Amino acid sequence: MRGLGSAKEGAAHWWAQRLTAVALVPLVFWLVASLAALSGAGHAEVVAWLRGPIAPVAMVALLIAGFHHLQLGLQVVIEDYVHGEAAKIGLIITVKLASALAALIAVLAVLRIAVGA
Amino acid sequence: MAQENRPLSPHLQIYRPQFTSVLSILHRMTGVVLGLGALLLVYWLAAAAAGPQWFDQARSIAGSWLGELVLLGFTWALFYHLLNGIRHLFWDIGMGFELATARLTGWAVAILSLVLTGAAWAVGILGLGGGS
Repeated sequence: MRGLGSAKEGAAHWWAQRLTAVALVPLVFWLVASLAALSGAGHAEVVAWLRGPIAPVAMVALLIAGFHHLQLGLQVVIEDYVHGEAAKIGLIITVKLASALAALIAVLAVLRIAVGA
Repeated sequence: MAQENRPLSPHLQIYRPQFTSVLSILHRMTGVVLGLGALLLVYWLAAAAAGPQWFDQARSIAGSWLGELVLLGFTWALFYHLLNGIRHLFWDIGMGFELATARLTGWAVAILSLVLTGAAWAVGILGLGGGS
């Protein structure tokens, strides 16, 4: 469990990377279209948008799939290019925890806006 | 087990860059860059949740010329990674491996990423979305 070999978890990693990728295809198109339409929008407009029927669901789905995809991808990059064992494992742990924290902050922000707290 | 001197892949420096290999490394680079872009999205959402003063600060940063330049770069990186990612998904199901096809889809990704970036910014600049 030190990330030194697949220990049969390589397939799960590969599969999760693809599954999140497929989910992100429509979600990223939605994000760019929405942000382009919201270009220059003020606070009230953005809050109204995030209280709509689609935006909070799509945004939370995007954040979860996106940050999961990100940390899986960064893990592969770190495994390929970082050579020292301690640095490699330390970086992978940092990336995974930071991704989870960032996703959590953003999801809670969306929920706070969506429920009007 | 002697694992200290075993090579790690890929040893990019021995290869002559080719169109397809440049696209491949760009996929990784844009992926890493988009990690930073994702943090900007987190900041923007957190600012919106924190209140109008925080949001206006984020809005003025995003609206500065440097902010717009950075966002333009992120837009392209996002479209490039998205389109090339779709190309990867087709490879995963065994389609498009032929060299001629891989070059063709590579060009399609390169050109379409620029076109879609331009289209998204045209919508933003012209206010076609109905935003103020």
